[in-house]
Amino acid sequence: MGRIVIELLLRVAGALVAFLTLPLLVGQLEHKAMAHMQGRLGPMYAGGFHGWAQLVADGVKFVQKEEIVPAAADKTVFRLAPAAGLLPYLLVFLLLPLGPGLVGQALDMGLFVVLAIVGVGVVGMLMASWSSANKYSLLGGLRGAAQLLGYELPFVLSAASVAMAAGTLSLPGIVEAWRPWWLLWQAPAAVVFFVSGLAEIRRPPFDMPIADSELVFGYLTEYTGLRFALFLLAEYAGIVVVSALTTVLFLGGWKGPFADHQLGWLWTLVKVFAVSFVVIWVRVAYPRLREDQLQRVCWLVLVPVALAQLVLTAVVKVVL
Amino acid sequence: MHPVIPYLLAAGLFGVGVYGVLARRNAILLLMAVELLLNAVNLVLVTASAAFGSAGQVFALFVIVLAAAEIGIGLAIILQLYRLRQTVAVDDVDVTVDVTE
Amino acid sequence: MTVTDVLICALGALALGSALLVVSTRHVVRAGLWLVVTLGALAGCYLVLTAELVAWVQMLIYVGAVVVLLLFAVMLTRAPIGASDGLDRSRWPAVLVGGGSAVALGALLVEAFRWSSIRPPAPGTAERIGAAVFRDWVLPFEVLSVLLLAALVGAIVLSAPRRS
Repeated sequence: MGRIVIELLLRVAGALVAFLTLPLLVGQLEHKAMAHMQGRLGPMYAGGFHGWAQLVADGVKFVQKEEIVPAAADKTVFRLAPAAGLLPYLLVFLLLPLGPGLVGQALDMGLFVVLAIVGVGVVGMLMASWSSANKYSLLGGLRGAAQLLGYELPFVLSAASVAMAAGTLSLPGIVEAWRPWWLLWQAPAAVVFFVSGLAEIRRPPFDMPIADSELVFGYLTEYTGLRFALFLLAEYAGIVVVSALTTVLFLGGWKGPFADHQLGWLWTLVKVFAVSFVVIWVRVAYPRLREDQLQRVCWLVLVPVALAQLVLTAVVKVVL
Repeated sequence: MHPVIPYLLAAGLFGVGVYGVLARRNAILLLMAVELLLNAVNLVLVTASAAFGSAGQVFALFVIVLAAAEIGIGLAIILQLYRLRQTVAVDDVDVTVDVTE
Repeated sequence: MTVTDVLICALGALALGSALLVVSTRHVVRAGLWLVVTLGALAGCYLVLTAELVAWVQMLIYVGAVVVLLLFAVMLTRAPIGASDGLDRSRWPAVLVGGGSAVALGALLVEAFRWSSIRPPAPGTAERIGAAVFRDWVLPFEVLSVLLLAALVGAIVLSAPRRS
């Protein structure tokens, strides 16, 4: 009994450490990669070597800032919103497998749980947007809710395709069942999942809810200081979650060219950071989609492709 | 475990839901109370399935799907009502007056 | 009282308390947020009752979609921040009927089950429910899919702009 408790605590602590470090690493990667793609250097001073401590410095700055709650806001909801936005991602970190046996908590229906929890994240955004008592915030929140409800569909459908192929809903089980030729077989689902994942975490080019050139800063307009930082952390945690899910579902998780059992965690991390890099790259490369284009992409492209992939998966599964 | 505890909880939830449906005038709040009713039923089904096999869980899943369909239609009607009359208070709706023209 | 009973009592108290707030609060949006708490607590109850799939479907469909739609509608109908008046009719008839139905149902269920006790089954897998849906309940499942389609079409027709 004691050993089980200690092991559980260790796993939770591991997930917490991952939650606190990986998003920061991705944030730093975004600073530097985006800067170099735009012919800049990015942060160079904080910490000395290529500005490695920039995000730490940012964090310190955010903590020092004054905490402002608008006078007309619904103060309780306004204060709780960042927690509601961040907590789902923290829970998801518990369920993502890093290597064989290296997972916070392996569940029989882990994939389903992850999708359910990620879906709850919308509530935090709606809370923030409504309680700010600001019309730009409200518009951002409404856009966001419409976007997230729409993109939930291809997100879940494409994940269902892999679950069907693997014959299990458990995340480690899916990695076990994964074979390299699935890269081809499940390619449409992978693309749909990645794109709708981008939309789920409201990353450019799907950042209509924030749209800084039209809505000031969308549902985050009224936030300052630590609460704003928490929302930023949620965004980067979201990148890690979507990248990790793409890795686990479509790119074979801990399976690498050699030594899967010893170096599995390394392969997973390498793939997660590669996908995160693509997320950043997409942000630099594409302009923001207009609201109607955004819904069009979802309903006329992603959903039909996801459905076609489901049929294809079923056919191959039955034939084999 | 004693199934009577969740059953009593379900009865309580059902009562709260009935109260909400009768007392609320705002149509959206009314729908929320309907959700409470459905959830009370779901709790009974799931508790029963703990004793009598998985049929109860299957029914609970069906009820959830029905709730999703209901909410989709219900909200479409309410938003249409709001567009026509600028109100969502169910008492204020005079269904004998045609306002579509 | 076993651990299961205690857990269900705690989650049930949370669910019931927030349900009361859903039907009594004068803040329209907060009613929706309390509904999230109620549904979450009920999902917890389902987990304790080893109906894992139902619990997570509850989170995905109810909290992730139904409540979000409700909140969306509340915001579209210009819910104000702060308390609003005229949300309720006179209370006492509703209290009478609601309380009456709760007591009657409760009495019925207590009479039927007394303090009987069961052993909850082992934590359920998706496989068992999947087999039950697709072996024993295929026809209702298919009918439900038709109903969903009808609801989809209905919602589109209702909210499509009218052409003159």
